[in-house]
Amino acid sequence: MTDNGAARLVLRLDGITKRFGKLVANDAISLSLHEGEVIALLGENGAGKTTLMNILFGQYTADEGTVEVFGRTLPPGNPRAALDAGVGMVHQHFTLADNMTVLENVTLGTQSLLALSLDRAAARDKLARLSADFGLQVHLDARVGSLTVGERQRVEILKALYRDARILILDEPTAVLTPQETEDLFATLRKAVRLGLSVVFISHKLHEVMAISDRVLILRHGKLVAERPIAEVDKEKLAALMVGTEVNAPHVQPGCPGAVLMQLDAVTTPDRGNAPGLRSVSLALRAGQITGLAGVSGNGQGALADLIGGLISPETGRMELHGAHPDGWSPRAAVRSGIARIPEDRHRTGTIAGFDLTENAILETYAQPPYSRSGWMNWARAERFTRQIIDTYDVRCPGPGTRIGLLSGGNMQKLILGRVLEAAPRIILANQPVRGLDIGAVNYVHGQLLAARDRGAAVLLISEDLDEIMALSDVIHVISEGRLSPGFARGAKSPAELGVWMAGQGFDALEALEQETTDAS
Amino acid sequence: MRLEPVARPSFWRNTVPPAIAIGATVVVASLLAMVAGGDPLLVLGLIIKGAFGSKFALLETLNRATPLIFTGLAVAVAFRARLWNIGAEAQLYAGALMTVVLGTGLLPWSGFALLPVMVIAAMLAGALVLLVPALLKVRFGVDEVVTTLLFNFIFLLFVSMLLEGPLKDPMGMGWPKSEPLIAEARLPRIVDGLRLHWGFGLALIAAGVIWVIERRTTLGYEMRAVGLNREAAGFAGIPVNRVLIKTALLSGGLAALAGFSEVAGLKGNLTLDLSPGFGYTGIIVAMLALLNPLAVVAAALFVAGIFVGADSMSRAVGVPSYLADIMLATALLLMVVAILLTRFRVVRE
Amino acid sequence: MDFFDILLSASFWTAAIRIASPLIFATLGELICERAGVLNLGIEGIMVAGAFAGWMAVYSGTGLWTGVAVAMAVGMLFGLVHSLLTVPFGLSQHVVGLGVTLLATSLTYYAYRLALPEVTSPPKIEAFQPFEIPLLSEIPLIGPALFAQTPLTYLAFILVGVVALVLYRTPLGLALRAAGENPAAVAAQGLSVTAIRMGAVMVGSGLMAVGGAFLTMSAFDSFFFEMVNGRGWICIALVVFGAWKPGKALLGAILFAAFDALQIRIQQTPLGADIPYQVFLMMPYFLSILALIVMSRRAEVPAALMVPFNKGER
Repeated sequence: MTDNGAARLVLRLDGITKRFGKLVANDAISLSLHEGEVIALLGENGAGKTTLMNILFGQYTADEGTVEVFGRTLPPGNPRAALDAGVGMVHQHFTLADNMTVLENVTLGTQSLLALSLDRAAARDKLARLSADFGLQVHLDARVGSLTVGERQRVEILKALYRDARILILDEPTAVLTPQETEDLFATLRKAVRLGLSVVFISHKLHEVMAISDRVLILRHGKLVAERPIAEVDKEKLAALMVGTEVNAPHVQPGCPGAVLMQLDAVTTPDRGNAPGLRSVSLALRAGQITGLAGVSGNGQGALADLIGGLISPETGRMELHGAHPDGWSPRAAVRSGIARIPEDRHRTGTIAGFDLTENAILETYAQPPYSRSGWMNWARAERFTRQIIDTYDVRCPGPGTRIGLLSGGNMQKLILGRVLEAAPRIILANQPVRGLDIGAVNYVHGQLLAARDRGAAVLLISEDLDEIMALSDVIHVISEGRLSPGFARGAKSPAELGVWMAGQGFDALEALEQETTDAS
Repeated sequence: MRLEPVARPSFWRNTVPPAIAIGATVVVASLLAMVAGGDPLLVLGLIIKGAFGSKFALLETLNRATPLIFTGLAVAVAFRARLWNIGAEAQLYAGALMTVVLGTGLLPWSGFALLPVMVIAAMLAGALVLLVPALLKVRFGVDEVVTTLLFNFIFLLFVSMLLEGPLKDPMGMGWPKSEPLIAEARLPRIVDGLRLHWGFGLALIAAGVIWVIERRTTLGYEMRAVGLNREAAGFAGIPVNRVLIKTALLSGGLAALAGFSEVAGLKGNLTLDLSPGFGYTGIIVAMLALLNPLAVVAAALFVAGIFVGADSMSRAVGVPSYLADIMLATALLLMVVAILLTRFRVVRE
Repeated sequence: MDFFDILLSASFWTAAIRIASPLIFATLGELICERAGVLNLGIEGIMVAGAFAGWMAVYSGTGLWTGVAVAMAVGMLFGLVHSLLTVPFGLSQHVVGLGVTLLATSLTYYAYRLALPEVTSPPKIEAFQPFEIPLLSEIPLIGPALFAQTPLTYLAFILVGVVALVLYRTPLGLALRAAGENPAAVAAQGLSVTAIRMGAVMVGSGLMAVGGAFLTMSAFDSFFFEMVNGRGWICIALVVFGAWKPGKALLGAILFAAFDALQIRIQQTPLGADIPYQVFLMMPYFLSILALIVMSRRAEVPAALMVPFNKGER
């Protein structure tokens, strides 16, 4: 629906400006959205997309500018008013209470808090109708914690539709989905548009933006830098507009696989909560090779990362490291046997926000010389090491005494990289190493991983971003429900084919095949 | 409203909120003094005079500060590792108990041999008392706040049982109290003729030692890491549970020294009113000191001064001495807000 | 008296229910706070303040029910202080809770000394009297235990049902539970996490104060120092024991109280005479710790308990 001259204007942002301290997150942004239209908000991490939508949704108050929905100005900082005006938001991090049912999550806050009873029957009727209209099937009495990521997203969308949203905002909705689930989501969105809803689609994935939107708006460093009908752009143009300069992703040469440095043989680990453990996983990490692990989050990646990182041990099965079976497996043992660990969450597990850079730099090695001897710290040596990391890895900071919590995500990640790579590790566990980073930092981290591989390290790259996995990995495994697919060589499978495995379908065929072979023998 | 971290707080941001907190505490105390029919200026003046106004007052304050330094250190060490030891009261009595067990003639040694043994034994007793909640926390995930609080009640009953049973002084005219310590088991005075014993010296040494441990040793580094972010500490390979246990032993031992010092330095025997809540007050001391071991000494002097001053004021003008407790609770609550405001600014969303 | 004779005597169960009543109020109060995501360690001090406020109000001439209302109001005031610091400011719930306990206790003792400067033993009030419900109170054993209590005990039992209904059957309860599970879910639906949590802490604190007032206005008829004596901390253990559910918490409170009543009676038997009385007095505290250990493995803690909600986090 590129010609929207006749369609009704449903949303208008006018001159929105928002500052966080010195940072201008949104700089005089104006945009409009029409009935039945899908606009994409494209930009790097930190470009200000989420801030803008939080302002629209009333979770932040803009310093300047107004939000108009259906011709009426919304009072600032009032999510309730936005909801009542017909704005529904599907957050990137789902806002669902895991211990409560789907029905409870959807109806939360939809009745007056003074009402004497919950109107469950009416809610069920309405939800049944919405599920049918939009193709969103979920079991209403299931606990949200037991749902898959895709199902949870459906609950989030149902939440908005249940409140009669006319404008749907989706913040990076595809980041956690398989390619097939993404297709389902797009089908739902197309149905919504046919029914007269309007959609704001926030993403940094160019091909998805091209696939779903009528018009694209590009944000860079808080400013709206371009606005184009989708027919007038292509992926290359969008990429250039989004980053502002030439994109210099590191050029990836295939690696030269060497000896097996780490091997898992039919390893099983216990489930934890709703996340599955590993189910008889066999995997070999070779020197000079990047092994990519693709999969929808919560399918056992955490268990595999924790296993290699030393936080858990195999329940059954064998783990071999440099050809030997390690005894007394622990984080410290992992570090000492030359495993570099880049954790999934740099804020919660990678660093200690209240510690300065020096204290964070020696977090894994403080207990050994030169940083300590017989229980006494040697802070001078620790600081010298930190300065070395700051110089080598270009960590932008006032000095080693700065609290790390004050650093940007990219600089924090560079410190972690320095911490683990300075010891010239043989094995590197990179779990979501570029999540939330801007393109400059992403390229830097990828460059470092490739350089380490070329020095002969075995790299295990875990990521929810299939594009990243496909770009970097020499061999790709897919994980689903704790099961690991066979390894696929670089370029052997298309995204759609990998998506089949991510959805867990390839495994069934594989198991059937195995069953047949056992039966036959 | 929303809180936004301040990267580099200015001088004023660092000083104004705490100053307002102290000012507001004084205002609250004045209002309450007026409610009680006292002249606020007179009441506050009497508190200060009663605490620091004479040699006698000052010595009394130093004596009162001694157990508070120990319990304040105990709480500061534990809270630093985010181990919520609210049981310093029980650990104090454990130390006192061990002191009278060893010091009433069981070990007929000279002071040079006896006192160090008593110090170590008292610390072990306190450490053991906190070890139980710490193990329950580490093994079963039982919240240590509630268990340490409940242990305070249990242990006081235990002491009461012993004082009416095996430890009862036969010459005590039926009162539940222990036999007096032998002379060799008493802590000597720092200066002859002045009523200040070596327990105070020991407290200062303890503060210094804890400061060195926190800044210079791997244990101190581990304790701080575990306190700030347990998950990241565990991921990095710090043995979180072992650090928590070590912290508990250290914290319990420090609190026990308060009991040792009160019995061996001041009272000479053990009764059920040995501590008027020194263990709980230690929490206020530690928080006012921002958990810094050296600042604990200053905070303990301040808190002790308010107590001693309020007692003396109460005798003079009849305003209830509970005014001191109110002032300290108010100061605690306002100070945590003030400290927050030195690190964050309140902004509208 | 034989062990089973005790268990089969009406007076034993009457005492157990009486002992349970203040615990029920305070446990419900704590449960409401924790279900909304706030641990309220002010409970011990708030019970002291409630005990004094209700009793003092009646002593100064108000009616009994007005006294209960006064206690409730005083509790809510301390709840306001607590929630102001822990909810919008997000300060440590441990430190603030203990601070509120110290503040409430010391203010109470100060007020007591001001109100009654000269007395050696505190005056008595005309407390709530048992009210026998016709017919029901004549059922053997459970009749006197459940239907010949004071009106405050009946209120405690009714409140268990009310709290359970509100938590599980109303939009308000849904929002309150969600605030304790994932406050972001509440905020995303346009509700104020701050308002819900502060409201929960205030109402919860009010109930804690009524629990305290039960001691001075129903169980006894006078106010003593140290009369709460750790009951608040025990209630925190009872919330865990009850797995954060009102019905189970009620059961826990009654079990606990029955045990307490039992140990008092065993003390008076020949067996009890040989054991120091302190051992019996320790039992409730040991029992609480035991309950915590037993429940620690399977308790369903509200996921956002003690997690402050800061909308500014990006």
